[in-house]
Amino acid sequence: MITLKNLTRFWQKGLVRNLQTSSVLQHDALFVHRDTAEDNPDIKFEFTPENLKRVDAILSIYPEGHKRAAMIPLLDLAQRQYGWLPLSAMHTVADILCLPRMRVYEVATFYTMFIRKPIGKYHLQICTTTPCWLRGSDDILSAIKTQLKINVGDTTCDKMFSLSEVECLGACVNAPMVQINDDYYEDLTTNDMVEILHDLKCGKKPRAGPRNGRYASEPLGQPTSLKSDPPSPGFGVRSDL
Amino acid sequence: MLRLTVQKALNGVLLNPKHLGPVLSKGAADVAKKPAQIEVFIDDKPVLVDPGTTVLQAAALVGVEIPRFCYHERLAVAGNCRMCLVEVEKSPKPVAACAMPVMKGWRIKTNSEMTKRAREGVMEFLLVNHPLDCPICDQGGECDLQDQSMAFGSDRSRFTDIDFSGKRAVEDKDIGPLIKTIMTRCIHCTRCIRFASEVAGIDDLGTTGRGSDMQVGTYVEKFFLSELSGNVIDLCPVGALTSKPYSFTARPWELRRTDSIDVLDAVGSNIVVCTRTGEVQRILPRTNEEVNEEWLSDKSRFAYDGLKRQRLVTPMFKCDGQLRPVDWETALIGVGNEIKRAGSDVAAIAGGMADAEALVALKDLFNKLGSEHLYTESPFPVNGSGTDLRSRYLLNNGIAPAEEADVVLFIGTNARLEAPLLNARVRKGYIHNETEIGVIGPCVDLRYEYTHIGEDPSCIKDLECGNSPFAQKLKAAKKPLIIVGQDALSRPDSSGVLLAAQTLSALLQKNLQDPHWKVLNILHKVAGQVAALDIGYVPGYEKVKDNSQLKVAYLLGADESINRSCFPLDCFIIYQGHHGDCGAAMADAILPGAAYTEKQATYVNTEGRTQQTLVAVSPPGLSREDWKIIRALSEFVGERLPYDNLDQIRCRLDEIAPHLTRYGNVENANYFAQALQLSQKESAAINTKPIDVSQRSLEDFYMTDVISRASATMAKCVNAYKTQQSSKY
Repeated sequence: MITLKNLTRFWQKGLVRNLQTSSVLQHDALFVHRDTAEDNPDIKFEFTPENLKRVDAILSIYPEGHKRAAMIPLLDLAQRQYGWLPLSAMHTVADILCLPRMRVYEVATFYTMFIRKPIGKYHLQICTTTPCWLRGSDDILSAIKTQLKINVGDTTCDKMFSLSEVECLGACVNAPMVQINDDYYEDLTTNDMVEILHDLKCGKKPRAGPRNGRYASEPLGQPTSLKSDPPSPGFGVRSDL
Repeated sequence: MLRLTVQKALNGVLLNPKHLGPVLSKGAADVAKKPAQIEVFIDDKPVLVDPGTTVLQAAALVGVEIPRFCYHERLAVAGNCRMCLVEVEKSPKPVAACAMPVMKGWRIKTNSEMTKRAREGVMEFLLVNHPLDCPICDQGGECDLQDQSMAFGSDRSRFTDIDFSGKRAVEDKDIGPLIKTIMTRCIHCTRCIRFASEVAGIDDLGTTGRGSDMQVGTYVEKFFLSELSGNVIDLCPVGALTSKPYSFTARPWELRRTDSIDVLDAVGSNIVVCTRTGEVQRILPRTNEEVNEEWLSDKSRFAYDGLKRQRLVTPMFKCDGQLRPVDWETALIGVGNEIKRAGSDVAAIAGGMADAEALVALKDLFNKLGSEHLYTESPFPVNGSGTDLRSRYLLNNGIAPAEEADVVLFIGTNARLEAPLLNARVRKGYIHNETEIGVIGPCVDLRYEYTHIGEDPSCIKDLECGNSPFAQKLKAAKKPLIIVGQDALSRPDSSGVLLAAQTLSALLQKNLQDPHWKVLNILHKVAGQVAALDIGYVPGYEKVKDNSQLKVAYLLGADESINRSCFPLDCFIIYQGHHGDCGAAMADAILPGAAYTEKQATYVNTEGRTQQTLVAVSPPGLSREDWKIIRALSEFVGERLPYDNLDQIRCRLDEIAPHLTRYGNVENANYFAQALQLSQKESAAINTKPIDVSQRSLEDFYMTDVISRASATMAKCVNAYKTQQSSKY
């Protein structure tokens, strides 16, 4: 009878073979397409009449022979119309630009802002890079998690909110911050975050920007430096010149 | 990604010529006055190069080979593997030799400390993301990464990621029955993507994702189906794309390589037959700039497993209505008696894969018997000069110059499937040279845009006298090509079609400045046809059908369209060939011959280039080389042929047509005007029935002859095509 103690002894003697597997390097997104109920080539995608006009406007920007440069704006338009970018939308764009479909897949998978799987109405992107993290982004993140009862990468059951953790969005001076769809919500506290989520749930649109009374990225309260008038021309120049 | 020329990018829009001027005239001016060469120094060796030459090309001129993975001389420059980094004096950073044009007076150091360290660094990064599975990798032994890491890599590893973040792994793709993918091994050189996009014209491969998650593939589940797809296996510098039929069968150092010629189409691609233990393990292309560059069509590359199936391995003779295996002596006595009894009422039909030696031996034997009934299975119009003037049945202008043409007119051919490598040349011209292409015949997918002129042969006459845009382009062309396919010449009105093509060609030929450019080109489908016509066989076997006196029919590999009803009921049918297909099924006696990998034999390709196959494996069972069978038979018939070995029969070839033994050479044809005159003597009408081609889609490409019909790999390809057709992608 092999007891745990015996097994350990065998192990130490090298009688049991040491099976080892290496860790797996994986990305959270998939870079091949799999047909699903929500995303397959049979799903119809067509630009709405208003968006078709926008398509023409976008195409007219680019010179003849370089129409393929309109690919990113068109994919973005499709994503704005549908909420995310299904395979059939990529096909539609390929057809509009008379390009092989693969060329569109390449672009759509390259840019992380093209979202290739269903996503909630509000896409919460919380920055957790060092400046935001130092200013308490972890608290904001846990506030979102507890409010919405989802984890990073998930979508709520009512398809309203999706949460992702992103790297620096360039608003470090207003840290911590969250991007919700196209808007930045900055200088957040836990209460602000709860309020924003509540407003969104009620169908209201909370005002974007800093939440601590700042207009933009100016100092909070009084300036702490560069307070005097700027020096006149000739300041610091040798008097004999 | 494929770069388009200016005109094509502009898609024919009207722009103010003032704006277009600087763009377009720049290229023209460069050609007009050739700029002075510049001097650069490679490892202190001076070399004079044209401006615009890359560092890598300049180094190649003095014999310095710079390591590379992504660079390939027949594909666009990508510059993404960074293996070709070299030091340039006074440059703070190493430069990518494949993409950097040289500047005057540059001193390039391909062996300096900086270059060595750059290579070592790049190699280290490549190996971080590459599995160490060489022992189970099919590329082992012929792997660029393996070789270059031995030559330029570090001798020890600093790789510890395996203990922390893990090693990159990518899921394998299913891209068809020919190419096996192990995508973890991929080093992202993008050669396969560029080949698919530029040469094959199938934009199905690409890169998805970014950074360390980038992968090469099709994104959706789709097969990479092209008639040239196998070439990505050769292009892949690592073992990411390997041959599925060849997988795990042999190591490159165990293989015996025999230079040979492909006979599955009329292009005559140069191949290397790799054999081991008396079996063909795989077939690779052999570089020949004049014929196949370094590509090979999928049928030529993968149909070799057909050489092991359905083979005729023993002579057979029909007794009591059933074919029974017999020994050679019995078979030859029986066949000899039948031929002797028939006297001169004998006829021979040569199939598409008959070699010149066998054709000559058979013709000599039948002529000795007093019969002139020697035909080829593929028809060709025999009006006017018939096949007496070679210019009437050759691809006169050759395969390689097809890429220089400015207007190409295809009549009744699906060149993409009938001669994939000729089509690749035309496509090259289409991409880099603005070639205009017109097609008369059904609308088929040639992988480039073309003007569809019409379906019936009267369109040829319309082009001659008409004023359509394409007719004007054709008449203004400096290097026009008219390529007439076999399918247009198999019709009842084939003489009329050929006459119309000849007339149009003569009209265009008159305006040409280049005296060596030939407008009229005939594209054959089978490898043996040109040699048979050169030797004096009569194309088409219509006369056999009319001959009710016929006592013996000798089928030399004729297998495609012939059936028992072509012959009188009491006719004795002898089939000599290597595969048990339709021809063998209706025969009264079977003489097993050798396939193209098993004999040293002469073939003449569609442009008139004589080439020879060499013996790679011995013929299976009791089968023998074809001309030897006929030579042996001649003894039993009582008309001994005067040659006993290959040298002697080649002397006989030399007597009949000296070009048949000038291997590697193209014997040009002439007398275009005389051929036209003779054709015009007889009135030849054309009817308005649309021209059809027998190979319309890729499905029809894979199985066209006895070898590819016996090949399981080719059958899988047909299935894959059908699966792909029913797929949503």
